[in-house]
Amino acid sequence: MSAATADLHDAPAESGVNYLNADYGIRSWLLTFDHKRIGLLYLASITVMFLVGGIAAVLMRIHLVEPQGALFEPETYNKMFSTHGIIMVFFFLVPSIPATLGNFLIPLMIGARDVAFPKLNLMSWYIFITGAALALLATLSGGVDTGWTFYPPYSSHYSATNVTIVALGVFIAGFSSILTGLNFIVTIHKMRAPGMTWFRLPLFIWAMYATSLIFVLGTPVIAITLFLLGLERILHVGIFDPAVGGDPLLFQHLFWFYSHPAVYIMILPGMGVVSELITAFSRKKIFGYSFVAFSSLSIAVISFIVWGHHMFVTGQSIYAGLVFSVLSFLVAIPSAVKVFNWTATLYRGSISYEAPMLYALGFIGLFTIGGLTGLFLASLATDVHLNGTYFIVAHFHYIMVGGAVMAYLGGLHYWWPKISGRMYPDLWARISAAIIFLGFNLTFFPQFMLGYLGMPRRYAVYPAEFQVLNVLSSAGASILGIGYVIPLIYLIWSMRYGPVAGPNPWKATGLEWTIPSPPPTENFAEIPVVTEDAYNYPVAEAHKYPDAPGVARV
Amino acid sequence: MLRGWPVSEMAAHSAHPPGFAHQFETVEQQREAGTLGMWVFLVTEILFFGGMFTSYIIYRSLHLQSFIQGSHELIVRFGATNTAVLIFSSLTMALAIRSAQTGKSKGQIIFWLILTMILGATFIGVKLRFEWYRDYVEGLIPGVSWLDGGTHTPGVKMFMCFYFFMTGLHALHMVVGLGILTVLVIMTARNKFSSQYYSPLEISGLYWHFVDIVWIFLFPLLYLIGGRYPGS
Repeated sequence: MSAATADLHDAPAESGVNYLNADYGIRSWLLTFDHKRIGLLYLASITVMFLVGGIAAVLMRIHLVEPQGALFEPETYNKMFSTHGIIMVFFFLVPSIPATLGNFLIPLMIGARDVAFPKLNLMSWYIFITGAALALLATLSGGVDTGWTFYPPYSSHYSATNVTIVALGVFIAGFSSILTGLNFIVTIHKMRAPGMTWFRLPLFIWAMYATSLIFVLGTPVIAITLFLLGLERILHVGIFDPAVGGDPLLFQHLFWFYSHPAVYIMILPGMGVVSELITAFSRKKIFGYSFVAFSSLSIAVISFIVWGHHMFVTGQSIYAGLVFSVLSFLVAIPSAVKVFNWTATLYRGSISYEAPMLYALGFIGLFTIGGLTGLFLASLATDVHLNGTYFIVAHFHYIMVGGAVMAYLGGLHYWWPKISGRMYPDLWARISAAIIFLGFNLTFFPQFMLGYLGMPRRYAVYPAEFQVLNVLSSAGASILGIGYVIPLIYLIWSMRYGPVAGPNPWKATGLEWTIPSPPPTENFAEIPVVTEDAYNYPVAEAHKYPDAPGVARV
Repeated sequence: MLRGWPVSEMAAHSAHPPGFAHQFETVEQQREAGTLGMWVFLVTEILFFGGMFTSYIIYRSLHLQSFIQGSHELIVRFGATNTAVLIFSSLTMALAIRSAQTGKSKGQIIFWLILTMILGATFIGVKLRFEWYRDYVEGLIPGVSWLDGGTHTPGVKMFMCFYFFMTGLHALHMVVGLGILTVLVIMTARNKFSSQYYSPLEISGLYWHFVDIVWIFLFPLLYLIGGRYPGS
C-alpha cells in the first residue's frame, strides 16, 4: 500500500482546524495544556539532548580509533563518556517514548480529550527543561567525569568536576518523570472511553502503565540518593565515606534500586510500540493478548528485585549474589513471552515491510541478542569475567539502542502521519532503517568480542591487539550516525512537503486512527464508545489458515 | 485553559459547576481522578522518605552506640509536644472537610482551616526555636556548626545528619502544606466549595494526614529509641 494514495473519503468531515493550526505563536506552544503539543515539546527537547549525547559518542569512537587515543587527554575522555551516559540515559532514553509518543497517544488510544491533569503535564515539561538545562550547562562548562553512575567515594570526595550541578539536574528531571507517571496512571485508570475495558486497551497502553508504575516507585529513590550525594559533597558529613563509618555500597544499592528498573523504563515502552507495529503490519490480532499485557506488568514488578546483579563483584554477600542471580533470570521469562508472541503473531500474517515494520523486526532481533547476553551477566561465574568490560557496554546498547531507540524510531515513523498529518518519503525511511540496523551491529557486535577478550570499559587507551575491532566499531558508529541524521532531515522536510496522510494511512485499528490527522485539539468530536477488542483486523486470512495461531475463531 | 477551543465546545461545558475541567466528562470522574492522583503521589512520597528511612536503619545497625548517644542529644519533651500538635491538626483538617461535606457555612470551614494552619505553624515554630536553634548553639549541626571532640564521634555526626535530613525534609513538606492551606482558605472565602464540590479540600487533607503520619514514624525512630527523657 502506498501511503501517498491513502484515500480520504472514509475520513470524518474535517473542518481543517487541528491541534497544530488552532493557534499560532511561541506563546501558544509554551503555555499549551494540550497533551499533543506537550508531546511535541518533549520531542524537540529530547532530540536536542540526543544530538548532544550523540556528538559525545562520536567523539569517543573517533578517539578510540588509535590504541593510545586519537583526540583527548584521559581526563577529557572521562568527561566524554560521562556526558554521553548521563545525557542519553536521564535526558533522552527515560523520557523518550513515554514523554513524546506516550503523551501524544495515551488520550487518543483510550478515547479521552486529554490526560487527567493537563497543567501538571505542562509543568512536567518545564521541570524537565530546567533539569536538562542545568545538566547541559554543567557539561559544557567543565563537565563531569564520574560516569552516569555517580559512584562515591569518587563522586563525593575526589572528583573536581561539576558533579553537584549535574546531580541536581538529574534530581530535578526525576520529578518530571514522577509527575508524568502519575498523570499516565490516573489517565489510564479514569479517562478511558465507555466500553474501553482493560482488556480492550492497546498493548502500548499496558506498557505505558507498567512504565508509569516504575516512574512513581523508582524515581523518588534515585532522587533521595542524589540528594544525599549532593549533601555529602557539600557538607562532607561522611554518609558514603568509609573513613568515618559511611558505606559507599549503600549508594550503589539505592542507585540500582532505581537504575535497574530504569532499564525497563527504557525498554517497556519500546515493547509496547513493537506490539502495535507487529500487529498493524501483519494485519493480525496479537497472539496471546493477555500474556503480552501481563508480561509488561511482571517485568515492572520483577525489575524491583534484581538490582543486586549490578553488584556481584562489589563485596556484596555471596548469598545475596545467589538470590539476585536467580531473580535476574526470572526477567527472561516475561521478555521471552513477548518475543515468542510477536513471532507467533507474524506467523502467517499478511506482512508488509513498511519502514516502521523494519524497525520493529530489527527490534525483535537486537532485543533478543541483548536479552540473551544479559543472561551471561546474570550468572555469577561468567559475570566475574565479563563485569567491567566492553561486553557489558555491548549488552546494554543492544537493549537501549538496538531495542529502545529502534522502537522509538519505529513508533515515530508509524505515528508520524498522525502527528504531522503528512507522510515521510517511504524509500528514504526504509533505507535509513537498514543503515541504522547495519551501523548498529557493526558498532556494537565487535564490542561483545572486545569485552570477551578482556578490554575494560571506560579506558581512554587500550592494547594494540584490540585495534582492529575498535576501528570496526568506530566505522559502525559513523554509519549509525548517518542513519540517525537522515530521518531527522526527511521528517522535518515532510512536515511541509510530505504528501497528506489522511486519517488512517496504514489501515490500522485503534481509536487514534479513527480521527483526522492531525487530530483536532479536543481529539474526539464525540467521545467514542468501544465495542470490540484491540487489533480486530479482518479475518479473511483466517479462513485460509484456520490453524494459524492468533487467528480469531469465527 | 480553553485556548484554541472551538466556541461550541466551550458553550457545551459552560453549564458545568465551578472547578470543572474540560478534559473530564463528569464531575464524578474528575473527583475520582483527583483522589487517585493524590494517592499515587503519596506512594511516591513513601518511596522518597523510604530511601532515607532505609539508610537510617542500616546506619543505626552499623553504629548502634553512636546513634543511641546521638538520640540523647534530642529532647523528647519537644518531640512529644509536636506529635500532639500534629495529631490535633489532623483532627482540625478532618473537621474542615467534614464542614464542607455537610454544607456548613464558609466561616466554619475557614475556622478549621486556619486552626490547622496555626497548629502547623506551631510545629515549625517549636522545631526552629526550641530544637534546631538550640542544636545550632550547642554545635550539633554537621557542616554548619559542629563542635568536634568530646563525645561527638563520627557516628554521632552521622546520626545528627540523618536527624536534620529527615526532619528537614518533613518540615519542608509542612511548609508546602501551609501553602496549600492558604490557597484553600482563599478558595473557601471565594465560595468555591459546596457540599457538592469540595474535592480540593479532601485531596489536600490526604496530603496533610500523610505528612503527619511521616512524623509518627520519625518521632520514635529519632527521639524515643534511646532518647533523653525527663529525669534521665
